[in-house]
Amino acid sequence: MNYTFNFTPVWQNWPLLLEGLALGLGLAVLSIAIGSIAGLVLAFCATGKHPALRALAFGYVSIVRNLPILVIVLFIFFGLPQLGLAFDKSTSFVLALSLYAAAYMTEVFRAGLLGVPPGISEAGQAIGLTPLSIKYYVVLPVMLRNAMPAFANNFVSLFKDTSLAAAIAVPELTFYAQKINSESFRVLEVWSVTAALYIATCYLISLLLRGLESRLRL
Amino acid sequence: MTVLIDIQDLHKSYDTLEVLKGVNLSVKVGEVVSIIGSSGSGKTTLLRCINLLEAFQGGRILVDGQPIGYRERDGKRVRDSERRIAKQRAMTGMVFQQFNLFPHLSALDNITLGLTKVRGLSRAEAVEQAEGWLERVGMLAHRHHRPSQLSGGQQQRVAIARAVAMKPKVMLFDEATSALDPERVAEVLDTIRGLAQDGMTMVLVTHEMRFAREVSDQVVFMNAGRIEEQGPPQRLFGSPASPRLRDFLARSGI
Repeated sequence: MNYTFNFTPVWQNWPLLLEGLALGLGLAVLSIAIGSIAGLVLAFCATGKHPALRALAFGYVSIVRNLPILVIVLFIFFGLPQLGLAFDKSTSFVLALSLYAAAYMTEVFRAGLLGVPPGISEAGQAIGLTPLSIKYYVVLPVMLRNAMPAFANNFVSLFKDTSLAAAIAVPELTFYAQKINSESFRVLEVWSVTAALYIATCYLISLLLRGLESRLRL
Repeated sequence: MTVLIDIQDLHKSYDTLEVLKGVNLSVKVGEVVSIIGSSGSGKTTLLRCINLLEAFQGGRILVDGQPIGYRERDGKRVRDSERRIAKQRAMTGMVFQQFNLFPHLSALDNITLGLTKVRGLSRAEAVEQAEGWLERVGMLAHRHHRPSQLSGGQQQRVAIARAVAMKPKVMLFDEATSALDPERVAEVLDTIRGLAQDGMTMVLVTHEMRFAREVSDQVVFMNAGRIEEQGPPQRLFGSPASPRLRDFLARSGI
């Protein structure tokens, strides 16, 4: 093996890679925020008393979780415009990842809710808190703490899924890596640096979320 | 003395299993009533009906003269709104076997939550009152501790403070010492005894026969969903009339 490494084209395009990484992070954070809010609502539906809402939540989760994310992305970007619903690349991707994240976050929060001891809701009832106050002041904070480890896993996973945005030419890290690759042909160098950037970022996210988790531990 | 809790012909079923089969009981202001009986006799269910943690299908419960949980509308029995039920529950304080403190809040905030959100006190007033109650139960030094940092006995004392701080008309204790290590039982019983001496109206479901005998004005023996015998502790423990009560007391080592 006498391959000569040449990282020069990679370092020349370093700002582009960082820009792509930042965009990917931005898309992930936005999608996870939207997905988490939707997931929270669906998780309360899934664990609630209303049969129609329960069916809605379970139906949503079982459809979306059984779809590859790439199919959702392509469907929204190429498919929906046929029905007159066209979005730009980044918006399409955020929409796709949010829908996808919502399904996973529903499961994360549903498990969190099931882990809230029923006794503490009863204690809330016993002191005269209204059902809404109990959900807000008691169930929600305890559930979020329960859900933190699974939330962190899904966060990292969903961030990695932003690489699929390259399929519709959203200029995130993988997109730029492909671009530099095809312009310079330094295949090994480009992809190893890209891999290192993903690993480092995911590791930092995990570290951050683990720190948050231990601060919130009950 | 005026009647504070008036339970009239209470019936309660889980599906086809009838667990309360027509219970009548009245508790006067300032009275301490203990409910004893073997597990499955319906004593905890009875207690939980008083603050509507359990729904009931027949009969009425009046707290301070007003019927709770249900009303008649066009000749039909309908459940009150949750908002109204929340108000009714605030009249009773409940202490649970498993303490049920809010795990994400400090001892202090376990108490201030209800004071601010239900009683509408300002944060400063709530803290002042909560600290007063924590001092009363000997837990002031632990006010910033989370439940997970406290022993069972300490958690239960905070839970008692949380309940009485709401200024309920009556305190309900559901086997408040059953989940405690034996050496922690006394500190909780002392706290309950203190409240009794202050004249707090209380209903206790308990397995602590000696304690029931000592603090109660009235003891109720439940069996198979009915009140089998009731009376002052001296008579109930001293000369039980029902053979089932005699059996129960013998098995409890009295």
